[in-house]
Formats: sequence, structure tokens, C-alpha cells
Amino acid sequence: MGRLPGGGLAKGLAVTLRTMTRRSITRQYPEAEPDLPPRSRGVIALFEENCTVCMLCARECPDWCIYIDSHKETLPAEGGGRPRARNVLDRFAIDFALCMYCGICIEVCPFDALFWSPEFEYAEYDIAELTHERDRLREWMWTVPPPQAPDEHAEPSKEVLAARKAAERGDRR
Amino acid sequence: MLEVVGRLALVAAAFAVLPLLVGQAEHKVMAHMQGRLGPMYAGAFHGWAQLVADGVKFAQKEDVVPAAADRRIFKLAPAVALVPYLLVLLVIPVGPHGQVALDLGPGVFFALAVMGVGVIGAIMAGWASANKYSLLGGMRVTAQLMSYELPMVFSAASVAMAAGTLSLSGIVEQWRWYWLPWQLVGGAVFFVAGLAELRRPPFDMPVADSEIIFGPYTEYGGLRFALFLLAEYAGIVVLCGLTTVLFLGGWKGPFLDGPLGWLWTLVKVFALAFAVIWFRVSYPRLREDQLQRLAWAWLVPLSLAQLALTGVLKVALG
Repeated sequence: MGRLPGGGLAKGLAVTLRTMTRRSITRQYPEAEPDLPPRSRGVIALFEENCTVCMLCARECPDWCIYIDSHKETLPAEGGGRPRARNVLDRFAIDFALCMYCGICIEVCPFDALFWSPEFEYAEYDIAELTHERDRLREWMWTVPPPQAPDEHAEPSKEVLAARKAAERGDRR
Repeated sequence: MLEVVGRLALVAAAFAVLPLLVGQAEHKVMAHMQGRLGPMYAGAFHGWAQLVADGVKFAQKEDVVPAAADRRIFKLAPAVALVPYLLVLLVIPVGPHGQVALDLGPGVFFALAVMGVGVIGAIMAGWASANKYSLLGGMRVTAQLMSYELPMVFSAASVAMAAGTLSLSGIVEQWRWYWLPWQLVGGAVFFVAGLAELRRPPFDMPVADSEIIFGPYTEYGGLRFALFLLAEYAGIVVLCGLTTVLFLGGWKGPFLDGPLGWLWTLVKVFALAFAVIWFRVSYPRLREDQLQRLAWAWLVPLSLAQLALTGVLKVALG
């Protein structure tokens, strides 16, 4: 069609006309929820029961948007041991006005206390209100989806492989 | 007397409603051609009141005149751009037996001359704004008017010659179906040249918003800007009406071309308006030199050829 003189012009008209007859792809957001891809980076949720106040996340954060306060508590000795000191979390806040959603805090957390949640509707009218405290972060934990199942024919994960190997070694013994 | 007032009221109503209908159609058609929905909220049903909302917004805006502007010309320009289209609408016949506000003998001549005045509004705006982008845009408008008025007049003259009259209703009376192939080239040239005169995409080099902001309209805001926009859509209606009357047989159709013939006129006008929107969505903007090349290297020779063809056939058959 492009060979004939003016064929390109006709082709252009055909493309727009064909698009007009198809359903438009617009989703009307507030009425229709968007289909978010799995593991979308909406907001960072805190599973504070797992947090040991190790401060790794706050230190690794490239723009220092995580604020942590804590104090030490001494637990009375159980049985015959000496009394144990324990960190207690007083404040855990993330300033989402600074956060650049790199996810490093989630990567470095050794105790699985931080997770990505697909929740994204937390816009505010004041930039100062974008600093969200631990109760809000904890609430978002309920929106964290379960980990995605591996693909059907994918290689099993490293942990599964290691466990399987260990089991085989046990059989031989 | 009462009849004249009634006709004028009808024309005024058409002038107020038809451009808005075309504008709304442009919103929706363009959106769907691009896989979007377009306005959906204003008026609660598929955004039917979007242009009303836009009008309210424009009316609320401040009326700013730049300090260095030529105030009187600057303020007058939107009216000069808009009113000519209202005047042309007066002489466009919509149906048989005098369904026209003003049945002028030299209707073609009047319509083309007055349509040309509409362009002056843009030139005035470009000159009076005291802004280099506006001036550039104004100069481009002028150049475009110079080059596209010629093929437009030639192709209109071809129809007038074929009909043997300059009256718009007279032309439609004379129109026969075989004029469609006979005047095909002239019709295409007239429509394209008209688009260029209205500065509609793909001929919107004078307002090219990505390089000279918005050409002659750069300094305008509020109601005056809205008037320029209205003039653009009124221009579409007028151009489609003229093309319908001159080349598509006006109120004539395969059936129902009695007193209800104005329905045919409306259908044809809206089909052409759809084409105007369709071209806007499909084609990228022509560069200034391509614009001039299209006019002088293609449209002028084509319209002259059409004129020759019309003359030869007229003499041979008549």
C-alpha cells in the first residue's frame, strides 16, 4: 500500500480509523482499580515484630529517609543465665517525600522486617505529612501480597536445592 | 420582517451550537483514534458538557493585554477573526426553496471574500501582540493566506463555471450526481486549501505550538483566546458547509431531498467535519517550505487543470 503515491496517506488514515473502532485502553482510575504487576513498589511496609533496631536500613538508605529511635530494656534472667539486654523500637518513620523507592532497605534487612506493598494511595496535601510513622507502616503490612509462586518449570530456589542436597546426604549416611 | 428575524435567530443558533458540536466531536473522536476516552466527567455522561465547562473557565480568567501591545488592534483581533464566519454562514443555503438567511446573487464571491477576512484577524493578533513568536506566526499566516487563497478561488470558480451562476443556491439547483467525478479534483483542492486557510493540522505551521508557542495567539488568554478557538471551529463549520454546497450537492440526496433536504446538508457537513478531525489525528504538521510547495507545486496546477477540464466539458456538452 505504501508503494502507490499517496498510499502512505491512506495508510495513516486507516490506522487511526482502526484504532477508533477498537476499545480504548484507558482505565478510569478512581472508579476502576489498576491491575498492578506483582511486586510493584507502592510503599514500604514495616513488620515491626521482626525489627531488632539493627539500624542497617537507616544506614544504607541513600537519602536517609528512615528515622529510628529506640531504647534498651533489660530482661530479667530466665533460669540461671545473666540478664539480657534487648532493643525496643520507639519510633520508625519513613519520609516518603525523600524516599526514592530504591528498595535497598528491604534488601539489607536481615530479619525480614521491611516489605514492598503495592499500596499507592497515600498522597498528602502537605509535604511534611508524607513522613509516615510505624503504626501506618505496620498497617500497610496487611496489604503485602504473599510471595509469588515460582514459574512452573523454573529451577528450584537455592534454599530448596540446599535442603534437597542435605536430605540426600542424610539418606546415604 | 418577522421571517427575517426568525432566520437570523436560526443562523445565530447554528453559529452558537454547530462549532461546539464539532469541538466536542473533536475531543471524543481524537481521543478514540488515539486509544483514549477523552473527556468523561463534565456533565456526567461521557463528558458532553466539557466545552461548557471550558467556556466557564475561560470567562473566569483575567483579561491580560501586554504592556507593549497595540491595545486597540489587540482587543479587536478576536472579533475580526470570528465575525466573518458568522457572515458567511448567512449566505450558505441549507435547503431548497430559499432555506437560506440571505440569498445573495454573487454568493460564492461573497463567501470567499469574507472568509479571507477571517484570516486578517490572526494577522492582526500576530502584529499587535508585540511578541516575536506572535509576529512569526502572523507572517506565516499571511504567507499561507497568499498561497492557498489562489487554488481555493480557482476551484470555486470551476464550480461556478459549471453551474453558470455565482449564487450558492443556484449552484446546488444545477448540481447533478455526475458532478462528483467531474469536480472531484476541484473539490479536493478546495477542501485542502480551506483547511490550510483555517490553519488546521496538518497545516498548522502558523500556530506550531512546539516551536513558536502558539503563533499569533501566544499573548491571548481568557475570553479573547476562547473567541479565537471558537473562530477555528466556526471556520470548520463554514468550510464544510461551503464544500457541501459547492461540491457535494448541498441538500440533494438519493431520497428525501424535498423540504427535509437540510438534513442532507447537515449530514454532509458533519461527515466533512469528521474528515477534518480525522486528518488532524492522522497527519504530522507540514514544514513551512512543504506547505508552500504543496500550494504552488500541486494545488494551483491541479485547480487550473480542473478549471480547464470544466471549461472544455462545458463547451463540448453545452
